[in-house]
Amino acid sequence: MDLNFSAEDNAFRDEVRAFIRDHYPAYLNEKIHEGEEMAKEDFLAWHKVLHQKGWIVPAWPTEYGGTGWTATQRYIWSEETAAADTVRLMPFGLSMVGPVIYTFGTPEQKAKFLPRILSGEDWWCQGYSEPGAGSDLASLRTRAERFTGDDGKEYYRVNGQKTWTTMAQHADWGFFLVRTDTTAKIQEGISFLLIDMKTPGITVRPIITLGGEHEVNEVWLEDVIVPVENRVFHENKGWTCAKFLLAHERTGIAGVAASKRNVERIKDVARKTEDGGEALMANPFFKRKVAELEVDLAALEYTELRTLAGESSGKGPGPESSLLKIKGTEIQQRLTELALEAAGTYGAPYFRSMGEGDNSFAVGPDSARRTAPVYFNMRKTSIYGGSNEIQRNIIAKMVLGL
Amino acid sequence: MDFNFTEEQTMLRDMLSRYLADTYTFDARQKVVHGGKGWNPAVWQAFAEELGVLGAPFAEAHGGLGGGAIENMVVMEEMGRAIVLEPYLSTVVIGGGALKHVGGAIADAVIPGIIAGTTRIAFAAYEPQGRFYLNDLTTTLKGGLLNGQKAVVEGAAHATHLLVTARTGGAQRDAGGVALLLIPADAKGITRRDYLTVHGTSASEVYFENVAVGAEHVLREEALPLIEAVVDEATAAVCAEACGVLKVLHATTLDYAKQRKQFGKAIGDFQVIQHRLVDMFMEVEQAVSMTMMATLKVDTAERSAAVSMAKAKVGKAAKFVGQNAVQVHGGIGITQELAVGHYFKRATLIENLFGSVDFHLSRYEGIALAA
Repeated sequence: MDLNFSAEDNAFRDEVRAFIRDHYPAYLNEKIHEGEEMAKEDFLAWHKVLHQKGWIVPAWPTEYGGTGWTATQRYIWSEETAAADTVRLMPFGLSMVGPVIYTFGTPEQKAKFLPRILSGEDWWCQGYSEPGAGSDLASLRTRAERFTGDDGKEYYRVNGQKTWTTMAQHADWGFFLVRTDTTAKIQEGISFLLIDMKTPGITVRPIITLGGEHEVNEVWLEDVIVPVENRVFHENKGWTCAKFLLAHERTGIAGVAASKRNVERIKDVARKTEDGGEALMANPFFKRKVAELEVDLAALEYTELRTLAGESSGKGPGPESSLLKIKGTEIQQRLTELALEAAGTYGAPYFRSMGEGDNSFAVGPDSARRTAPVYFNMRKTSIYGGSNEIQRNIIAKMVLGL
Repeated sequence: MDFNFTEEQTMLRDMLSRYLADTYTFDARQKVVHGGKGWNPAVWQAFAEELGVLGAPFAEAHGGLGGGAIENMVVMEEMGRAIVLEPYLSTVVIGGGALKHVGGAIADAVIPGIIAGTTRIAFAAYEPQGRFYLNDLTTTLKGGLLNGQKAVVEGAAHATHLLVTARTGGAQRDAGGVALLLIPADAKGITRRDYLTVHGTSASEVYFENVAVGAEHVLREEALPLIEAVVDEATAAVCAEACGVLKVLHATTLDYAKQRKQFGKAIGDFQVIQHRLVDMFMEVEQAVSMTMMATLKVDTAERSAAVSMAKAKVGKAAKFVGQNAVQVHGGIGITQELAVGHYFKRATLIENLFGSVDFHLSRYEGIALAA
């Protein structure tokens, strides 16, 4: 047991820091700060820099493009990118379908899809939830019927509706859970399909969330024809891929490094915000809330480090990752609560145009801008990726044996 | 001890409730929000002419219904139930409240216009540096000229009058030297930057540059105690609005938990959801109790302590009930499509309106727990 970094680790940190300083496209942060709409190229700008450097998927096995970093180096990487406040990389290819493909895919699927995930050439989206299948994901009803085409090849005909499909408006490909057997037990009739989003019969409709954002969509599939070779793993065994992916998604979801950055941001704001003639940071009630957050964040951080150490010794992400998801999202949400509280009166203005011309201009301090929409938006974190209630069920059942 | 409403109060509530249920539907409201003006003048005229509700807390001599704080509570709870955008709070509760305290010729002159719907008042009190402190003022009235800036003034864009706090003497945070003014909203030297709030109302940054203010515009010279009384009354009224918002949030969530099926049964069959709904219910009930308590004490010496207790409790309830309404609804709770998200937004803004939970707990400590 040792909490200290080695000389090699410190050298690595210097290298990473210098790379970010010299190559990060800083204009992205100005765009986000101004509340401007991020275009597809903006989301991919940092991705492409990292791909060129060979650092786009540190956690992947080296044979598929991973960096071979130690758990400590990966931790340093996440700390440094958070400290520099780099934009979030889209996780759908890099940390969701990519690992599914290199774990369960055929050699052809690996050769076809993995390089394009690394390069950012393909933008992926996730077709999991349905209007009737949220927490109870396995009850999904999107149907895939197998048939032999006129060309003698095997296909699926897919019909159904998916929802909460994040960034589907940009997607080239989607990974979908579909029902291929309606007679089996519900988890056993599901298959995992890769679908070209340009296939006829796919309609993507926006869902606008409370802060005015267009992040999520409904995806309708009507007689969508998918070659059988685009199925990952066995027919009717897609639930195995689904569970693997969800456990993978949960480990990244703790967001320790980003939350650390946000604590610093809130402290900075509170030092500059007046509160009855003193800094808000001097208000004992506000300060106590910041202290509690820092304590809880440290507890999360060291729990995550222990989990990662377990993973690198070969255990893989287990049901313990549910703890990271619950505590991580609770902290992320409390941070947005505190930011809104710090904004005070200036939390109320709404800066986003509602399609009736753009009424966005600076009112109040920059730090208060968009605190309310961000607070509303972050309520999603205790809902998505398996709601926090479902995560507690997983711990109760899988860890505690209840 | 009597927590029952009089026959007149019940009639007022039923009449307003019926009108809002029939005409102020969620779709109709969202149309107004998307129109970008922050209010619907036709609704305001209906409040005045069809319902007479703008006269609820005013004396019959002025053309009102002869009510007071309880009538404001009744009206504001209904406003909350329908997440009404129109400015009853700033015009009737705050503007009208200040005029009732001041009385005399100016009250006689202005109140009938409020009741008729032709006079609308916006409350220009808080300042960019002042956070929730009514005494923290850099806006000055010197030699009859008003100069300064006010922050997030709701309804300024469609107000006929501004109710303004300004420093006539003393240092920035002194209790003395604070005047309360009622000036025409279109007076020379007033400029605004208008925007929508998260709730869908309009608000403005209001700038005063050498605005001429005559003696007839000064409601009171040494006004901080009056301003605090008016804001306490307004805070009690906002607690009542919150009760309406939270009751709808709870009822909607309860209904959803009964309808929504997962794992082969209604999610309301799961104990974790049942307990959540019970906790929300308890928060709502306590918010209602505290709102009644504060409203009934608003004309007594215990006013400030009672209002701060109520707002601290209601602010916590607003956060708990709002967040859990969204959580139980799942993703659909944070879309623009369902009403629940819009009630959540209003509940969230109410948390900080007239002071956060911390602000009111501290204020209560200062009043009641002096060492």
